[in-house]
Amino acid sequence: MPKVLMKGNEAFGEGAIRAGCRCTFAYPITPQSELTHFLARRLPEIGGVFVQAESEVSAINMVYGAAAAGARVLTSTSSPGISLMQEGLSYIAGARLPCVVVNVMRGGPGLGNIAPAQGDYWQAVKGGGHGDYRLIVLAPASVPEIIALMELAFDLADKYRNPVMVVGDGVLGQMMEPVELESGEIRTAPEKPWATTGQGDRPQRNVINSLHIVPEDNERFNLDQAAVFAEIRRREQRSEEYRTEDAELVLMAFGTVARVAKAAVDRARARGIRAGLIRPITLWPFPDESVRRAAAQAQQFLVVEMNLGQMLEDVRLSVNGKRPVHFYGRPGGTVPTVREILDEVSRIMG
Amino acid sequence: MPKAFQRPQALTDKAFHYCPGCTHGIIHRLVAEAIDQLGMRTKTVGICPVGCAVFAYDYFNCDMIQAAHGRALAVATGVKRVLPDRLVFTYQGDGDLAAIGTAETVHAAARGEKITAIYVNNAVYGMTGGQMAPTTLLGQKTTTTPLGRERETAGFPLRVAEMLSTVEGAVYVSRVSVHSPRHVRQAGRAIRKAFEIQLRGLGFSLVEVLSICPTNWGLNSLEALKWLEKEMLPVYPLGELRAPAEEDAG
Amino acid sequence: MMLVEILIAGFGGQGIISTGQLLAYAGMRAGLHVAWIPSYGPEMRGGTANCGVTLSDTEIGSPLVTEPGVLIAMNQPSFDKYAGTVVPRGVILYNSSLAKDSHGRRDVLMVGVDANRIAEELGNVQVAANVVLGAYLGLSGVISVSAAVEALEDVLPPHRHRLIPANRAALERGAAFGVSCREGGSAVG
Repeated sequence: MPKVLMKGNEAFGEGAIRAGCRCTFAYPITPQSELTHFLARRLPEIGGVFVQAESEVSAINMVYGAAAAGARVLTSTSSPGISLMQEGLSYIAGARLPCVVVNVMRGGPGLGNIAPAQGDYWQAVKGGGHGDYRLIVLAPASVPEIIALMELAFDLADKYRNPVMVVGDGVLGQMMEPVELESGEIRTAPEKPWATTGQGDRPQRNVINSLHIVPEDNERFNLDQAAVFAEIRRREQRSEEYRTEDAELVLMAFGTVARVAKAAVDRARARGIRAGLIRPITLWPFPDESVRRAAAQAQQFLVVEMNLGQMLEDVRLSVNGKRPVHFYGRPGGTVPTVREILDEVSRIMG
Repeated sequence: MPKAFQRPQALTDKAFHYCPGCTHGIIHRLVAEAIDQLGMRTKTVGICPVGCAVFAYDYFNCDMIQAAHGRALAVATGVKRVLPDRLVFTYQGDGDLAAIGTAETVHAAARGEKITAIYVNNAVYGMTGGQMAPTTLLGQKTTTTPLGRERETAGFPLRVAEMLSTVEGAVYVSRVSVHSPRHVRQAGRAIRKAFEIQLRGLGFSLVEVLSICPTNWGLNSLEALKWLEKEMLPVYPLGELRAPAEEDAG
Repeated sequence: MMLVEILIAGFGGQGIISTGQLLAYAGMRAGLHVAWIPSYGPEMRGGTANCGVTLSDTEIGSPLVTEPGVLIAMNQPSFDKYAGTVVPRGVILYNSSLAKDSHGRRDVLMVGVDANRIAEELGNVQVAANVVLGAYLGLSGVISVSAAVEALEDVLPPHRHRLIPANRAALERGAAFGVSCREGGSAVG
């Protein structure tokens, strides 16, 4: 297959289709609108369903219904829309339903702006909705990786019966990069004997529910989920390490900023500073094993984010006081430049 | 000898938890009978609300989904779009469908989703303790309108069936009641008709069922049935507000 | 290491977005790493459009073009807004049919291209942006003009392939001018 230039927002949709998703419910919001335009055009062509919901509240509950009916299902929005979806996400997690939610993050809080940002890290990895639950959170940093991680997202969602969030930002959504679309097979969802599809020939009817009125029953459900979360932590940590082998200073960044940070690592190396980069690909489970490994050798850490320091807390937990962890961030819809990061690197290593 | 009367197959054996005199049980039975009559039990997915009927998944003997408060019709939309040949219904009270879920209700109707809403209107919030519902009558005392609902501060009762009868996608809108045996039979026929219209793919259907709440109305069952007839029927008149033309309905 | 960051700006309707994509596709055909990013949202309103293109022989970091090495300014507001952001020893190519050098920078190569006139001569004013792109390619040699000509079929949807000849002519006329500038230094054509 020849390479084509593809927009990040379209790549989210392309990845979903290649993952076997035929079902999307969404409400328009900038800067992810091309994603819904793409799927509104493509899904009906291949016998799929696209419904423009009346709100993000409704969209996530349509996702709940489609997931309960056994479909691979997607919704997509940007930061304020994710806030509206928190109730539904909690119910989906509580009902153990697989689905994929894309958040093309923008500047906040409130209406904020539509510029690229990473201010929803806490909301994504620490919850947002009520109750003890976890989202699996994936953070691509390029257009080809968006496609790959969307396919992974649907697989993980089905494997663990848990919602998965894929986070990008306005830069990733709007940019175009070359992608090579392999003519590889379209994935299909695994059998879902628990789905509410109508009882059919099943001996038992199925019920999808997050209500456990007896506290001890609900405790048991929560403890069972804790075991699932522990397994995800054990098996699904993913990160990219770049020039960390001999690094004295390890930069940590995800998504768009990781690209900038990687360029800064090269420039720092050219100046004789032994810098490296760890780019978390899974924000939850956080790749604390690679951070711990790096902390055995690196002298210092520098976390770079498009927020006031959110992933910073997870890096500090992983480093656990063994090394200083510095921070450089640009909140509110601004993107750190290579030069700014280099200045920070020089200051630390000066 | 053939049985003249038996429990519908579409109900489980579980005993209802509803208060003495409550008419939820009758409405459950009517829904289940309609499912049985259409032979759809194993091809039905029901969505239950938050409210008194939150445990309806224990009673309907078919695949069931428990939805967040007010979101049942969005959930039903998701199910039906994935499984277009199934019978998909929601069972919702007046708080769920007409207050917190108003947007989901109006837009499921506007899209003409091929689903059926069974909407139980008893003019009060039952489960949470007798508070005002959007359908509470003017002057009606509730725990949040202790002096009776006043138009100045608490507004007017919402007529959902009338409102939805202006929506093109809502092809069947009917209001029925269960305060007498004759009305119970009429209600059963309306529910069955709504299901048939769904299965024919004609669009959205809603059956509003006037129901009693002896516990929160502070009346015994007989008084409550009379109160429904005397006080609710003038505000919520019965009948088909919208139905497909006969040739479409078949 | 080669890394070029190009900002293309002008009115909506001048083909800014597709000229940027053409450059990105041409870079891809030439075996380079490429990234393209538009301005989006409220910035799009009010009739101005711009996009950034990054070409590199190594992996591309940030695709945002905030300090361009090259500016293609297709109208006066774009020139006024972005001429000051170009890095020293960078290049500014501007559409001299619609803009003049209001900035007077001496630390960049300033090239005026009478793009609307040339495009009108070719029978289609819509191709003016590709005249300037051609001039940039001729001037810089960063990618061959033939790669850009080949990339036209990547950018134009099939139902617009009848526009390929005019765009090809625009690229080639611009390139010839760009080559002449390379030989003659700063110029207005």
